[in-house]
Amino acid sequence: MISRITALFVFTGLLLINTPVLAQDYGHEEIHQEEEHVEHNAHAEPNLHGDHADTHDSQGDDSDIKSVVKETIEHHLADSYEFHVTEGVSFPLPVILLDDGLKIFSSSKFDHGHSIAEANGSYYVMHHNKVYKTDANGSLNFDKHDHPINPRPLDFSITKNVFMILVMAVFMVVLFGRMAKSYGPNKTPKKAGRFLEPIVIYVRDEIAIPNIGEKHYKRYMSYLLTVFFFIWFLNLVGMTPLGINVTGNIAITFSLALITFIITQVSGKRDYWMHIFWMPGVPVVLKPVMAVIELIGLFVKPFSLMIRLYANMLAGHVVLMSIIGLIFVFGSWLVSPAFFGLTLVLSLLELLVAALQAYIFTMLAALYFGSAVEEHDHH
Amino acid sequence: MDKLINDFSVGLFFWQTLVFVTLIFVLRKFAWKPILEAVNEREASIKGALKQAEKARQEMESLQASNEAILKEAREERERILKEARDMKNNIVSEAKETAAVETEKTVAVAKAAIEAEKAAAVAELKNQAAVLSIEVAEKVLGQELSAENKQTAMISKMIDEVKIN
Repeated sequence: MISRITALFVFTGLLLINTPVLAQDYGHEEIHQEEEHVEHNAHAEPNLHGDHADTHDSQGDDSDIKSVVKETIEHHLADSYEFHVTEGVSFPLPVILLDDGLKIFSSSKFDHGHSIAEANGSYYVMHHNKVYKTDANGSLNFDKHDHPINPRPLDFSITKNVFMILVMAVFMVVLFGRMAKSYGPNKTPKKAGRFLEPIVIYVRDEIAIPNIGEKHYKRYMSYLLTVFFFIWFLNLVGMTPLGINVTGNIAITFSLALITFIITQVSGKRDYWMHIFWMPGVPVVLKPVMAVIELIGLFVKPFSLMIRLYANMLAGHVVLMSIIGLIFVFGSWLVSPAFFGLTLVLSLLELLVAALQAYIFTMLAALYFGSAVEEHDHH
Repeated sequence: MDKLINDFSVGLFFWQTLVFVTLIFVLRKFAWKPILEAVNEREASIKGALKQAEKARQEMESLQASNEAILKEAREERERILKEARDMKNNIVSEAKETAAVETEKTVAVAKAAIEAEKAAAVAELKNQAAVLSIEVAEKVLGQELSAENKQTAMISKMIDEVKIN
């Protein structure tokens, strides 16, 4: 009971922090948007001026607030070349481009998209959080959908998401490394390990062993545990007001699904491949048909893993942000508490989803591994 | 779908894959392996201890059961011995009684027989004495009266018959 109350306080606190940040974001975004309007109209070089003062007078306009909220949400969901903590507090991250050799420079060179970055004689400009190659004047050419047609260099920058992944990796190594060290001679964990150990055992006893089997499960424990905690923790980080949306990113989920896919195929035993290409217990005529279906299924499985996690996390963020945004759209203290309450309830739901999606991903990965190593009795 | 592909960042994919695969191997070496080993060891030791306790309990139980059985047996033995003793006592007493009764009867019978014999002997003696006495008396009394011997004998027999004892 006490823990429940504590949890409630924590979430309420999170929301209280979230709301002003959003409010600040929204001021910030407005400027950004104004500038972009200019850019779009001019179809030319990015604005290099930096006056932020005179753009705050359009707040009364209803459609404007809506578009600002939309912008804010998009900004929150998108990756970025700087780590934005709160209004005015952000730090640049390294930009790494592979374009006629390696070009490494700080994202501060873009000055939040206001400047042309120059590196070894090449010019780059940032438009809608993407880096485009440009000339010394920073000109961008647009197609009829307002998409720049300038070439994009291969981008290996340490973006906000990459930075978060690195932080998470270090955090997990420290957390679980310390947990491993805390096992004394009587083999009991201390501190955080007391909380984490039941989860580790849960992954082993409820996910790995039932799906993979006593015989083979040990080989997959490292992957299953890592993927479970990685997704769960990153989902939770996504709930903080920092505007981090790592797991709601298709590149991340694609990578996770791809690794799962590779592990599954590599550990596939004879029975697994037999089952795919020459299904036992099916008339010979149907066997090729089944093989085609099974082959499609082979790729559908990781694809569903990828889409499920991505869509769930993205949708959760969009819904939460939209409801918070509604507070500003209505701008009335009569309606705000209702939306605040709704946000609170949905935050709790998202917290559940954060753990649930990690569980589902791990569970299904274990299931696929299990089908790969399964050995049927030959009749 | 178009938006998905457009959103796909090769750089992010690259870093994620690199970091994640590294993370798996680092965590396997420094975290999962020692943690799972420790957990397994602990579980094995707990299982072992539980098994041992169960074994000890069973041993105790069997010991208790055997104790109980021995005790029961001893009790039965005592009962049996006591019963035997009682029976024996009863037997002895009744046997003694019987023997005594038979002896007594025998003694009585012997005594009776002796008495009868003595009595018969005495009667016979008495008869003889009486006969002799009678003859003497008769000889003396009737010596003169009866001269004929045949008369004498007839008279004596008649007299003896009259003197029948009993």
